[in-house]
Amino acid sequence: MINFGYTIATTRVVNIDNCDFEKLHELEALVPSFKRCMNCGACTATCSAQQFIPFNIRKIKSLFQEAQYDKLSKELEKCMLCGKCTLVCPRGISLRPAIMNMRKILSVK
Amino acid sequence: MTKRFWNEYQKEIADDHFFYERSCIRQTFFPGSENAFLRMMREVLHKDIRDEENQHTCTGIGYHSDIVPLETTMTVVARLFALMTEAGYTNYVPSCVTSFGIFTEMVEMWKNDPELLAKTRENLKKATGREFEIPTNLVHPSDIIYKFREELKQHMKYQLVNRFTGKPLRVVEHVGCHYAKIFPEKGIGKSEFPYVLAGMIESWGGEVVDYPERRHCCGFGFRHYLLQENRGYSIANSKKKFDSMEPYEPDFIVSNCPGCSMFMDKWQYTIAEMENKTYDHDGYGIPVLTYEEMAGLLLGYDPWELGLQIHQVQSEKLMDKIGIKYDPDAKYRGVNGKILPTPNKPTFLKQ
Repeated sequence: MINFGYTIATTRVVNIDNCDFEKLHELEALVPSFKRCMNCGACTATCSAQQFIPFNIRKIKSLFQEAQYDKLSKELEKCMLCGKCTLVCPRGISLRPAIMNMRKILSVK
Repeated sequence: MTKRFWNEYQKEIADDHFFYERSCIRQTFFPGSENAFLRMMREVLHKDIRDEENQHTCTGIGYHSDIVPLETTMTVVARLFALMTEAGYTNYVPSCVTSFGIFTEMVEMWKNDPELLAKTRENLKKATGREFEIPTNLVHPSDIIYKFREELKQHMKYQLVNRFTGKPLRVVEHVGCHYAKIFPEKGIGKSEFPYVLAGMIESWGGEVVDYPERRHCCGFGFRHYLLQENRGYSIANSKKKFDSMEPYEPDFIVSNCPGCSMFMDKWQYTIAEMENKTYDHDGYGIPVLTYEEMAGLLLGYDPWELGLQIHQVQSEKLMDKIGIKYDPDAKYRGVNGKILPTPNKPTFLKQ
């Protein structure tokens, strides 16, 4: 194999036809407000944890909605459950319960 | 014949008296293509086409890489148009799809902003003492071949048919992004269903492969491949296309853009070296031809004069399928009769 100094970039496109949305539907049943998200990122901006470590609640929400569960477990462990995101959300989404239920659904301690 | 959207739109293509501008990179990667086009125009179609010796770059690669400023590109384009005007022509034919896009863009800007045109005229006059007229007809050579495809067919010795099975060859057509995606009305069939290459393939006996990523960019993208760190994104685009076309088992790929033809040819080697992956059954790769090479082969031109040996993926298997006769011993023979050095063989891609 020749080293060309670069590798073939993998696609970031998610083919939703191949995704299993069962866990997302489970979460939406437990936290119905989760559907209201408009991706403004206010939650991430106010997050205490993201000021010290690479952590992005908006990204967690997007990954969960795209059924990319494999990448989530480690991310969910970073949340301190302070609830500031829930206070600032302009759509009134119960983010703290959403994170807690995500952990439960994905069996994250 | 089935009615299709693209049949409803045909751009205006002049009949005769063309001013030809060569491409910067085609003469390196496809050295016989431009000569084959000129030969077809003069010897087969009996058209008047001028091959200007004082021509130069359109600055396309520099322009799209943000290295050459717009004013400079405009003045350089104006000088090329001045050469056309001085030679007494009004129909401009740039060999390269990037150049075609550049010229179309500059002409469009001049149309919408007369002050910009006046400024360009002034810049050109100051810099070179020349004056220019905007071409009345600006077309790509593939448009001309498309227009005269039936006339060319009458002179063709071969068809795009597999002589072993009697079935049409399955051809992937790739139209360069700058051909019609910038100004849709400048392309035959507009940008959604460009028919320029598909029309040639269908007329000459082949079958066009309609695969999911047919209109996807090849990944050339100028600034994307110029930086080594970004080439991973560039090659990923070509790979996406190859992965998408692979199940349809195409016999070859044809393109009207220098960058696309070069990338889809060379990246097959790179992907093979990186992942030991080739996109045909036998490990030879899918040959990539320019439309002039395709037409030249069918007209019976010598494949080595067309420069097929310069390609990364070799075309002998394809020529065997069509029934084209060639001399294997003459593959690397120069015009002076001497045998040129043979290129090294790739690790995985068979030759």
